[in-house]
Amino acid sequence: MTISFGNPDRPNSYIGKTVPRPNAPRLVQGRGKYVDDIVLPRMAHVAFVRSPHAHATIGAIDTAGAKEVKGVLRIFTGAEIAEVCTPWVGVLAHLKGLKSPPQHALAVDRACWVGEPVVAVVATSRAAAEEAAALVDVDYDPLPVVTDMMSALDADTPVLHADMGDNLAFRRLHEEGDVDGVMATAHKVVSARFKTARHTGVTLEPRSILADWNPAEQQLTTWNATQAPHMIQTVLATHLGLPEGRVRVICDDVGGSYGIKVHVYPDEVATAAISKIMERPVKFVADRLESFSTDIHARDHEIEAKIAVDAEGRILAIDVDDWTAIGAYSVYPRTSAIEGNQVVNLCGGPYDFANYRAQTTVVFQNKTPTCQYRAVGHPIAVAVTEGLVDLAAAELGMDPVEIRRRNMYADDVYPVTSPAKMKFEGLSHHASLNKLLELMDYDGLRAEQAALRGKGIHRGIGIASFIELTNPSPFMYGIGGARISAQDGCTVRMDPDGSLVALSGVTEQGQGTEAMLSQIVAEGVGVSPDRVRVITGDTQVTPYGGGTWASRGAGIGGEAALQSARALRGAILEVAGAMLQSPAEALDIRDGQVVDAASGEVRMPLEELGRIVYFRGDTLPKGVPRELVQTRHFITSDYPFAFTNGVQASYLEVDTETGIVTLLKHWCVEDCGRIINPQLVDEQIRGGIVQGLGGALFEEIHYDAEGQLLNGSMADYLVPMAAEMPDMVVGHVETPTMESELGAKGAGEAGTAGAPAAVMNAINDALRPLGGQVTAMPFTPERILRALGRITD
Amino acid sequence: MKALAGGYAQARDLRHALDLLGQADGMGRVLAGGQSLIAAMNMRLTSGDLLVDISRIAELRGVALDGGWLRIGALTRHAEIGRDALIARHAPLLTRAVGHIAHSAIRNRGTIGGSLAHADPAAEFPACVLALEAVLHLDGPDGRRDVAAEDFFLGVFETAIEEGEILTGISVPVAQDGERHVLREAARRSGDYALAGLCLLRRTAGHRLAAFGVGPCPILARGAMEKLDHGDIDGAVAALSGEIDPPGDTQASAAYRRHLAGVLLRRALSDLEGEQS
Repeated sequence: MTISFGNPDRPNSYIGKTVPRPNAPRLVQGRGKYVDDIVLPRMAHVAFVRSPHAHATIGAIDTAGAKEVKGVLRIFTGAEIAEVCTPWVGVLAHLKGLKSPPQHALAVDRACWVGEPVVAVVATSRAAAEEAAALVDVDYDPLPVVTDMMSALDADTPVLHADMGDNLAFRRLHEEGDVDGVMATAHKVVSARFKTARHTGVTLEPRSILADWNPAEQQLTTWNATQAPHMIQTVLATHLGLPEGRVRVICDDVGGSYGIKVHVYPDEVATAAISKIMERPVKFVADRLESFSTDIHARDHEIEAKIAVDAEGRILAIDVDDWTAIGAYSVYPRTSAIEGNQVVNLCGGPYDFANYRAQTTVVFQNKTPTCQYRAVGHPIAVAVTEGLVDLAAAELGMDPVEIRRRNMYADDVYPVTSPAKMKFEGLSHHASLNKLLELMDYDGLRAEQAALRGKGIHRGIGIASFIELTNPSPFMYGIGGARISAQDGCTVRMDPDGSLVALSGVTEQGQGTEAMLSQIVAEGVGVSPDRVRVITGDTQVTPYGGGTWASRGAGIGGEAALQSARALRGAILEVAGAMLQSPAEALDIRDGQVVDAASGEVRMPLEELGRIVYFRGDTLPKGVPRELVQTRHFITSDYPFAFTNGVQASYLEVDTETGIVTLLKHWCVEDCGRIINPQLVDEQIRGGIVQGLGGALFEEIHYDAEGQLLNGSMADYLVPMAAEMPDMVVGHVETPTMESELGAKGAGEAGTAGAPAAVMNAINDALRPLGGQVTAMPFTPERILRALGRITD
Repeated sequence: MKALAGGYAQARDLRHALDLLGQADGMGRVLAGGQSLIAAMNMRLTSGDLLVDISRIAELRGVALDGGWLRIGALTRHAEIGRDALIARHAPLLTRAVGHIAHSAIRNRGTIGGSLAHADPAAEFPACVLALEAVLHLDGPDGRRDVAAEDFFLGVFETAIEEGEILTGISVPVAQDGERHVLREAARRSGDYALAGLCLLRRTAGHRLAAFGVGPCPILARGAMEKLDHGDIDGAVAALSGEIDPPGDTQASAAYRRHLAGVLLRRALSDLEGEQS
């Protein structure tokens, strides 16, 4: 029996409805359990001495003074940790040519960025560990630094890792059609240079780990703030020389992740190694200052790009030369080449055109490593694509909406393969754009803009279409050799009182994964969501899975939950059929009761069925299956990724005397397939938009030429805050994926993907009559005034 | 990071506070609202401080009218200043400043004395008292002394407060009939420290213009004031540009801040006209 999603009056219709989040009261009442809340007997704390140099040889390490501090238990150098912890290399086989040197948990001999951990100080309190860490005297001998991206490969630039031969980590060129030929003869060719700033994710809860090696059990248990418990299990087992089965990773409440917490961090691995050496629990919780210098950074790209169009505005060719600098190491195990690779995969995404060339060049430098952060590569690719399309429209004197209409894939051409060789199962660019224009009253806004222009008020309207990669298959990491699961599993169990427990391999970081799972399981079995308890984040409890990243929680984890719930429903009905002497097909489960499927007449509450199965199994016919626990796993197989699409619009005002941008309103219409919980999806979109707006207007990590981080605090790294955020209108078109019964694709990154481009296009729309243009994010007041020529010195 | 305080003592009264400071051997730090000091301690920008908590000293709190002066206790919190009717009537510049200071949580704890003694170059209150020609009252081991606002701010986080002294309050001359106060600033985000800001007063005797965020301490722009007194707006903008010494940092260059100061002056003047119409 399949679920009739089209019928809102169907029984147990929880999929598609906003239901309360089961974990919300716990979090709102301060009853959550984060890593920092967990206290174990004999627990010690570790603080790290971090390199103050961007590049330096590590000489003698004098710990004598530090050892005198009251409470200090032990101090470890890189060489000492290396005795129990092997180094790792952040490469993947399918990213051909990607190279990175071995990276240790604590730097050995050489430090390569400001903030790299060099010495670990373990004490009975974090305060004592910090006090002692300040007294550790490391003899550094500074080395030449590589900080500038565009000159990293120049002959006279020092090579950061001598063993690597040069500073090139990865390069990929993709070519389709005849770009040069088309560019030479096209009606118009428009080019621009784009820049996206170095960001970091700024999770509310910082990175955290509590590691507890129990020598009696020969088991390492860690509590992590992570998105991928099973991946962390593998990594810790591999590098500490333990069987995977003797590493248990538990992940209770996690206070935001945004991709920051899906990576392997040297200080966290060192903490686990220290626990193993000291045979006692050791906790590390990054503070906000070290978060800025040690959480992964992202988005540091410079792009030269061209677009060729014909006289009717048809896109003929797009040419993209993308550069990114990833810091000193490719981050393990997902690598730091994925972001550049995504730029190549995603540029031009919404458009039906033939000739495409894109190259990404990924270089090493002496800065904090970069890696995957919410909407990996998307904000860059969308800014480049949509920026070019708007420039082309302006060059042709065409409305930005019209040029998109003429080029977006028609809604009825799917399946289709893009010039970047991405396969699209089913998208809705035109339907989404039409809905967006209706929501925003595009023509009315244009009229208002024109009227205000006459009064010296400069407003802009910016549109950005996008595609978003979700539900990744093993093509993302697994084929490259990483033990990162693309499949996911769910176990659903009915207990004697008729309540359900669902164990899932996907994880919750505050976005509502557990709410989504509870309503799927509720509908799949036939109970109300409050009868479902969801357990995630424990490698010895849940089915094996990948966790929550790349917008896979609902699409992959949700489908596994649905299939296991449907299987449990079948198992319950089989027992019920035996009890009620009725064919199972004639029965249904509605609101926690076994009912007659045709009439809806109640036959038996689930708690009665539970009582008999668990306590009076003797009354059932011998041989009746009574497995009231079912597990199903799900993996996508028809498409490497489930692409979603959407379009955003920004309406804003530019103060042309101060350069300050005021965001007036923002719209997003997106298509994530089947919507399981409308409110959660809308809030994912809104939160994502906020992060995108941060990138557009505020966020930028600054380094000086010596590789010193200049703004590593909340006072000077500006995250978007409520007062500057516009009202947001979110709309949806639903094109379910046919890969699963649920039909859900991901929704977590769409907001971030499109918002920066929409703002950029809106600012340039406002500036265009004044002769200015900005393409380097963030669009600070100063950059806008310089673009207008109001400041020249 | 974890703060490393050298010690903490809560003062019963002003005398006790001065005694505690006197015994601290140079490591004493006055703790009032703690909105800058505690953050600095938590980043270990300062450590080992012997904190002398004056926040319970009732005599240092509150606003009173005293002839031609408005007396404001150093412990009067930003939020209290923002809603005080006497201040709104007699020193509206301070009322306006409060809306620009950080966010509610900080305004509920931060004190005007703390802000003045901390002397952040981009803070609002120091520039306000400079524009208002306020007098700052200091108590110390050798008794009480008064310092004019113009002599109080010496540099970045540097004031005329001597070792062992406590800023106990300020006196602000009551606004005269027809006197107008305007505060203009621009920041990257609501509540951030200003990229540049101006306090502009129009009195029958002439204009007062104090700039903040554009130098090591608030600047009284005398040249611009004189031009304004002569109705020369362009001249005032040019003079202000020469009188300020803005920093360049990751938020904005010195050139941008200099430009911004001029824009803000024109807007402040426009606000004044609006006030009078």
